Amino acid sequence: MTTALFLLFSILALTFLLALPLGLYAARVFAGERVWTSPLLAPLERAVYRLAGVDPANEMDWKKYATSLLLFNFAGFLFLYLILRLQPLLPLDPLHLGAVPPGSAFNTAVSFVTNTNWQDYAGETTLGPLAQMLGLTVQNFLSAAVGVTLLLPLVRGFVRHETDRLGNYWVDLTRTVLYILLPLSLVFALVLVAQGVPDTLTALVRAHLVFPFHEGAHLVRHQAIALGPVASQEAIKILGNNGGGFFNVNSAHPFENPTALTNALETVAMLLLPATLLVAFARLARAPGTAVALVIATLLFFIPLALLSAHEELSPNPRIAVLSVAQHPSPRLAGGGNLVGVDDRIGAVGCALFATAATATSTGAANCAYDSMMPLAGGVNLFLMQLGEVVFGGIGTGLASLLAFAVFAVFLGGLMVGRTPEFLGKKIETFEMKMVSLSILVMPLVVLVGTAVAVLSPAGRASVGNPGPHGFSEILYALTSPGNNNGSAFGGLDAATRFYNILTGVAMLLGRYWVYLPLLAMAGSLARKRTVPVGAGTLPTHTLTFVVLLAGSILLIGALNFLPALVLGPGADQALLMTRAAHAALVRRAAP
Amino acid sequence: MFRSLSTTVRLFLLLAVVSGLVYPLAVLGLAHLLFPAKSQGSLLVRRGRVVGSALIGQEIIRPRYFWSRPSATTPVPYDADASNASNTAPTNPRLVADIRRRLARLEHADPGAHGPVPIDLVTTSGSGLDPDISLAAAAYQIPRVARAGGLPVRTLERLVSAHTERPPLPFLGPPVVAVLPLDLALHRLYEKEQKGRR
Amino acid sequence: MSRAVPADAHGWTLVRPALLDSLRKLHPRGQVRNPVMFVVYVGAWFLLALVVRDLATGRASLAGFTAAIDLWLWLTCLFANLAEALAERQGKAQAASLRATRQEVRAKRLAAPRHDAAREEVAGADLRPGEIILIEAGDVIPSDGEAIEGVASVDESAVTGESAPVIREAGGDKSAVTAGTTVLSDWLVVRVTSEPGATFIDRMIHMVESTTRRKTPNEIALGILLVVLTLVFLVVTATLYAFSWYAVHTAAHSGQVIGLTVLVALLVCLIPTTIGGLLPAIGIAGIIRLMRHNVVATSGRAIEAAGDVDVLLLDKTGTITYGNRRASAFHPVGRTSPAELAEIAGLSSLADDTPEGKSIVELARKSVPSLASALPPGATLIPFTAETRMSGVDLDREHLRKGASDAIRAHVERSGGAWPEEMDGIIHKIAAAGCTPLVVARDARALGVVELRDVVKSGIRERFARFRTMGIQTVMVTGDNPLTAATIAAEAGVDDYLAEAKPETKLARIRAYQKDGYMVAMTGDGTNDAPALAQADVGLCMASGTQAAREAANMVDLDSNPTKLLEIVEIGKQLLITRGALTTFSVANDVAKYFAILPAAFVAVYPGLGVLNIMGLSSPAHAVLAAIIFNALVIPLLIPLALRGVRFRATSATRLLRRNLWIYGLGGLVFPFVGIKLIDLLLTLH
Repeated sequence: MTTALFLLFSILALTFLLALPLGLYAARVFAGERVWTSPLLAPLERAVYRLAGVDPANEMDWKKYATSLLLFNFAGFLFLYLILRLQPLLPLDPLHLGAVPPGSAFNTAVSFVTNTNWQDYAGETTLGPLAQMLGLTVQNFLSAAVGVTLLLPLVRGFVRHETDRLGNYWVDLTRTVLYILLPLSLVFALVLVAQGVPDTLTALVRAHLVFPFHEGAHLVRHQAIALGPVASQEAIKILGNNGGGFFNVNSAHPFENPTALTNALETVAMLLLPATLLVAFARLARAPGTAVALVIATLLFFIPLALLSAHEELSPNPRIAVLSVAQHPSPRLAGGGNLVGVDDRIGAVGCALFATAATATSTGAANCAYDSMMPLAGGVNLFLMQLGEVVFGGIGTGLASLLAFAVFAVFLGGLMVGRTPEFLGKKIETFEMKMVSLSILVMPLVVLVGTAVAVLSPAGRASVGNPGPHGFSEILYALTSPGNNNGSAFGGLDAATRFYNILTGVAMLLGRYWVYLPLLAMAGSLARKRTVPVGAGTLPTHTLTFVVLLAGSILLIGALNFLPALVLGPGADQALLMTRAAHAALVRRAAP
Repeated sequence: MFRSLSTTVRLFLLLAVVSGLVYPLAVLGLAHLLFPAKSQGSLLVRRGRVVGSALIGQEIIRPRYFWSRPSATTPVPYDADASNASNTAPTNPRLVADIRRRLARLEHADPGAHGPVPIDLVTTSGSGLDPDISLAAAAYQIPRVARAGGLPVRTLERLVSAHTERPPLPFLGPPVVAVLPLDLALHRLYEKEQKGRR
Repeated sequence: MSRAVPADAHGWTLVRPALLDSLRKLHPRGQVRNPVMFVVYVGAWFLLALVVRDLATGRASLAGFTAAIDLWLWLTCLFANLAEALAERQGKAQAASLRATRQEVRAKRLAAPRHDAAREEVAGADLRPGEIILIEAGDVIPSDGEAIEGVASVDESAVTGESAPVIREAGGDKSAVTAGTTVLSDWLVVRVTSEPGATFIDRMIHMVESTTRRKTPNEIALGILLVVLTLVFLVVTATLYAFSWYAVHTAAHSGQVIGLTVLVALLVCLIPTTIGGLLPAIGIAGIIRLMRHNVVATSGRAIEAAGDVDVLLLDKTGTITYGNRRASAFHPVGRTSPAELAEIAGLSSLADDTPEGKSIVELARKSVPSLASALPPGATLIPFTAETRMSGVDLDREHLRKGASDAIRAHVERSGGAWPEEMDGIIHKIAAAGCTPLVVARDARALGVVELRDVVKSGIRERFARFRTMGIQTVMVTGDNPLTAATIAAEAGVDDYLAEAKPETKLARIRAYQKDGYMVAMTGDGTNDAPALAQADVGLCMASGTQAAREAANMVDLDSNPTKLLEIVEIGKQLLITRGALTTFSVANDVAKYFAILPAAFVAVYPGLGVLNIMGLSSPAHAVLAAIIFNALVIPLLIPLALRGVRFRATSATRLLRRNLWIYGLGGLVFPFVGIKLIDLLLTLH
């Protein structure tokens, strides 16, 4: 556990160390100011506007902003869907992998456009380099930027007053991609290559085995090694909180995550942009105190849950304990603990912390088999997503949802100090409550109803990969992750069926746009209001008391809905593990 | 409406070209320039032929060599074109059955071994391509390799130690032993010995 | 205080009729208005159907459990109804005591707006706006109206509770008459201003009875939160059936799928019934608390707004000072002797009935004991007018005047006199000390200055300090000159002052504050206050005020006590705090209820889940029952709190939040664990 503590705190320290300057830089970018990268990027930016016919000075109201977003995402969806379906007709498919089937193509296109990156396919056997680059990498950039285009109008809604202008969607999008995502990804990709992540246009290398072996009656002499433009995609996959792996096993693959160092850096990179946006928010909303309170509330969830996950992963599996197997934590044992589905260079702690970061943000990447995690560690993944992706959360979307929860908290807290509630100088009234309720409370409905549909239908149950309550966890995960645009999975569930393609596709769409549109509408309403001056009677949002209130609201209003499902999934799974173990221990003691 | 449609399409195509072609090709070029070997997959070449990648494990179950971890890829273990994990849950009875089977195989190869078996030797990895084993898993195999390969334990210990990779900071991750490079070195040693005997 | 409320109105005597009301409210039409409680109501009917089914199919043991749960669901509904009924009963008691003053009266309708025009006797209820009536001594005023002729003393105690009669006269700020009040002497010709059944009293009765029916914006916003929570928990429990089915049939192959009774019980426990049941009562109780202070609000919204007020515009006179400035010194000028100044000042004030005038005479007597007690015959009284801004007496050969310095100066100079040089210095000194200088002139000669001193009310300074900690600014409004205003402002401890205030400057200042986003409250009574009263977010009008002012304001103070604004702000805050605290409490309760019901529901499927039974409840059936009983009982337990309101302390928001989070947040988490455990112990007793 000391290792876990050291690793966790150095990851967090590095994250915020990088996020501080980056956040200030990002705030200037979002405000449209000149930054030190401008000499290089401003001409490119201007060229893009000119060629696309965008007038950057033309600001939009929330409806126009939302329409632009929907149109843009629809264009992205069509483009990606066509690339997947038409793969055989396009160049750069050296292995002739063929067209992606319609159900899978629909699911994947929705998944990457919504920043979910839920994958029902195995990357190396489905997509060639062109589809990976022009199909997926493009969406990795654009869908990550879409999150920012939720946060920015929302912040403007708080800051501006008596206006209906929330900014220019095209400008917000373009500047995010050009000034933030591209430079960061370029640097990170090269760091990854330096550690061993390949980047080629070759799709496959055949290795001649020095040690051929028999598989059944067949002598295996070769190893086919899948390659491709991995580093460029890996960088934005992690930084952009996308999480869709180049390879089937995602960041567990040695080519995606070759060393302990890349593992730590990827964990940092997942948290980096959400943390950066918190800093940028502090600057843009002129609310550093509130931003600090949000960070503390976030860490209040993140740190204990990460440590719980690490603790569970380091705990010996009681069922294996009865065998003659060494699994107690020790550096000589690759860290020990639960190594089922974990590569040795990563270890149980690396797996737990990466998983926590991947589900706390909307990344959904995986450096180990989440399905094989200990019940409560898998439960931590589920819980973090079910919080509504607000603990760090997705790029932009996470902070926006956290602000939505803050609106809730302020509503209760405001009443408790005897004023009709206000947040960041704006009165929270009926319309805001409606929109916030819609955006926060629809996710539980999607996840719970989806899970109920899946467990009751034979098609839903047929995909389950593990028996007992864990099977339920798999289904719950398969709705929770798309419903929150996370994209990670309990891999034992066979999601490549028509049933799950449709169900998760719908969950992803609702999870994305049903959160996005109400919050944008709220931003529109907030911007029209007068700014209320802050006084001694105003509920302060920069105190520890507010942190407690916010954390309590997230737990009581956000997470309590999932308690029954969590009890029947990971809870029952854990109970099963413990009781059977007690039984087995009894058996062992009885027999000398 | 038409204007915003046309803006949508034009801006999308422009950004797609920037992020889907310009960016990956820039990374590709820089990677080739700066890290020629690593950008190609850290391939291991022996006598002019690619024999594997330093980062990708291979199925090795000969008594004279260090074994890799079990692999969950199909149809063959360590299929580097079909990475996969077993996705077995901790409560799944299959997990215990699999481990029992692997324990039996280890015992079959080395009846004299005692002490508990390191967990990574009897469980499948996350990628199915784990290039490494733990220090304990290497140490556990040294007596068997020494006996089967006729090498002194001291030599093997030195060899293992030479192929142990430690992260730059101790808490970043556990120390591991890279199996394929280790076995290739061992292989060279056997070949040299054979030549010497001739 | 509490004149309008019978002594027993908040005691137990109301409980019995309220209980009957709550039974009556079980009609679906009544229940459907409260979505949270409607879910409980539907659940209760549903379980009743289950009981009947189980009895019919001979499963008596199952029916027993369901019946027990069902009984408590009905009680939950009843308790919620009781809370509302109790509050409404209190409101009705208030209204009844008002209505007692509203007897059937006859009116004398005039054919023309002259007191000697032809009259005819009609029923008071038939009067229409615009009609002219005559009211003579002993008559009860039949309708609200405006005096257009005559002067009369009127007993308004029926409306205001103030026993001293007031003067109502045509023209000016004292022309409004109120239905239900009685003319004691003389007569008035009044133009009726209200529709039949829409007089001030009618509207007050109506308001008390119906404010309760209309939801305020904040109530609606909170209502949305509660409805959404209810919807989500509906889905949580409905899907739990599917999850449980999977657990039993696919995962564990043991135990039983969760029963419908337990599901309904879980649903009722999870939805925010506590706040849902008490919410209507809290709102009504707020209005009633206002009434106890003899304030009637035209809408519930006004009370909420009062809680939000950032700036209080307070009239200096009556609110900050006692209102009657007293003469404290004479400052003769030039050759004038102190005795001459005292005598002339005294003479010019002999006919002045204002407290100020009397105090001048009093002070003058001290230096000139021989001062006449009445004006000599032939003297003419010159009343104060807003135009001349001075008053005085015209004797045979002399003209005595007193008034504001600039007015007297103009008068002196007009009369050919000179303005003594030292005068300005004296005036300035007096004003700088926060006092009012009143210059006395004899014909064209300015004699000197009378110093009038304002007396600041005791305790007002501390009160303003408390408001400051609550983040509320106090602004003193006065017609005084800036120097005087500044001194009194400093003495009273207000944050700001508005000197030489005219109705327009008041209005402008309110607009300026509102433009900066502040919420402003003010008091007023004159017709010229009406625009400002209407502009202010909270406008409190004195009952003695004019009809126009009363129309413009959103609250009326029957005691005509301007200090009341301070209490109103506290009542507004208390109302919001009570809502917030009970919502927090209600939501926090869910944790314990989960811990009671979830292990009970699933321990048969997964025995290991018994570890979640941290309360050690005796059996699954008892656990569910204990949770539902707790959920029901907590409503009547909290009714007193809902009606009385959470205790309010004037302190900073941070400390208030911390305190309420501890009590209602942490309390809401912990208390049900204790309560459910206790109920479980009681259940196992027999």
